[in-house]
Amino acid sequence: MAASADGLSAAPGARRSLAPGLSIGLSTLYLSVIVLLPLAALSWKAHGWGAVSTPQATAALRLTLGLSLAVALVNAVAGTVIAWTLVRDRFVGQGFVNALVDLPFALPTIVAGLTLLALYGPKSPVGINAAFTRWGLLLALLFVTLPFVVRTVQPVLFELDREMEDAAASLGAGRFTTFQRIILPSILPAILSGVALAFARAIGEFGAVVLISGNLPFKTEVVSVYVFGRLESGDSGGAAAASVIILLISFGVLLAIGALRRWVTRHDR
Amino acid sequence: MIAKYALRFAALGYLAMLLVAPVGFVFWRTFEHGVGPAWDAVTTPDALHALKVTLILTAIAVPANTIFGVLCALAIVRHRYPGAGVVNAVVDLPLALSPVVVGLALLLLYGRGGWLGGHAIVFALPGMVLATIFVSLPFVVREVVPVLREIGTEQEQAAATLGASAFQTFRRVTWPAIRYATAYGVVLTTARALGEFGAVSVVSGRLVGQTESLTLYVQDRYQAFDTTGAYAAAVLLALLAVATLLLMTRLKPKEGIQ
Repeated sequence: MAASADGLSAAPGARRSLAPGLSIGLSTLYLSVIVLLPLAALSWKAHGWGAVSTPQATAALRLTLGLSLAVALVNAVAGTVIAWTLVRDRFVGQGFVNALVDLPFALPTIVAGLTLLALYGPKSPVGINAAFTRWGLLLALLFVTLPFVVRTVQPVLFELDREMEDAAASLGAGRFTTFQRIILPSILPAILSGVALAFARAIGEFGAVVLISGNLPFKTEVVSVYVFGRLESGDSGGAAAASVIILLISFGVLLAIGALRRWVTRHDR
Repeated sequence: MIAKYALRFAALGYLAMLLVAPVGFVFWRTFEHGVGPAWDAVTTPDALHALKVTLILTAIAVPANTIFGVLCALAIVRHRYPGAGVVNAVVDLPLALSPVVVGLALLLLYGRGGWLGGHAIVFALPGMVLATIFVSLPFVVREVVPVLREIGTEQEQAAATLGASAFQTFRRVTWPAIRYATAYGVVLTTARALGEFGAVSVVSGRLVGQTESLTLYVQDRYQAFDTTGAYAAAVLLALLAVATLLLMTRLKPKEGIQ
């Protein structure tokens, strides 16, 4: 699932694996038509900074960034704790819980939003109404981003050599010191790359928040909902301008993850 | 000991509150009066049409992205050519990009006044197909690339030395090695295609009974205060998701759990 952008390790002698012209030509053509051409049209139609410096647009951007940061922080802790219980703990039904973590990846986002509204919405049986509030948005974003940190930290934690921890413990380190000095440095890159993926996802999420948001400008209007609203009112230039900002943030996060991965590989050797 | 139980309690509590309780509650609400009402709600003509649209979108996007995915993975791993780094980065873009932005980009390209406007692409099925292909594009590539790197080229070179053609080498040597990774990628692609909402929502024009996929139908029913219809369609989608999840668990290499 994770986006990887590590360097190319093409073997020079492998030119015959499949007619190179075919795989390179077709995949470049496909990518250009499906991905690059539409994005070029989008950038072309964006109407400068004027459209995104309106108070409504900046409010939407600020809310989105704030929420995404909160989502990143909660996921850093919750994702690590869940990964820890999956790897180091033992209990009945662990396999089920492990599979459950993937549910947000498989479940359509609109269904995620709907189920949260059913339980924590206006007709809540538990008396919590988070509809049309920022708490509701946070809940929806936490739902869809749940697997990222768990799935990046879990394999690293699994591979971790426990001898170091035993050594630390025998030298008198407490549980917390062992975690802070031995475990955390090893899993930190994984946490960061998971957090970055969750952050990027939260910036652009639409399906899960569209029902919960209620489209209240300055209050619960995140940037994807803002773009949709601009489009509905016929302002495709303004919609495109805000979209280009989202595009740049997403691309920046991807580059950061790539850089992080390269840094980690270099320091592993 | 206490710390261990506290962590377990926190992790399971978080999952229960965020995932299990809301999804379970919608299932319970859907079937609280038996299967009958739910069945009636998902067999209305509009619901059936929405299901059909979703299945059509998936049936086109998944094979297209599977063939592309394998070819692109081969191009990235096995060949050195200018622009390979760009291809590698662009493949990841749909993972990070907002679906609304994807839909808007397609709308601006193929819509009225767009570079390729004037054909019945947006507000019609072809636009929805393009949107679905866009958002579900990276999964097969991302699953196959690491496996191709892992297996290396020795066996392929041996086959080539023994006189196998490029196609024979692929079919007899490379394909058996990447088969499971491709299958896992296909499952992820299918899940994404079935559940796509934002991009399709922008390009569809939301004509009920025409360009409405099942996810759009859920929103439409909810906003029309028809919770029975919305919950029933959502449960149908969730069941498809659970089926996907079971396949994922089956195909995924077992690691990371004691």
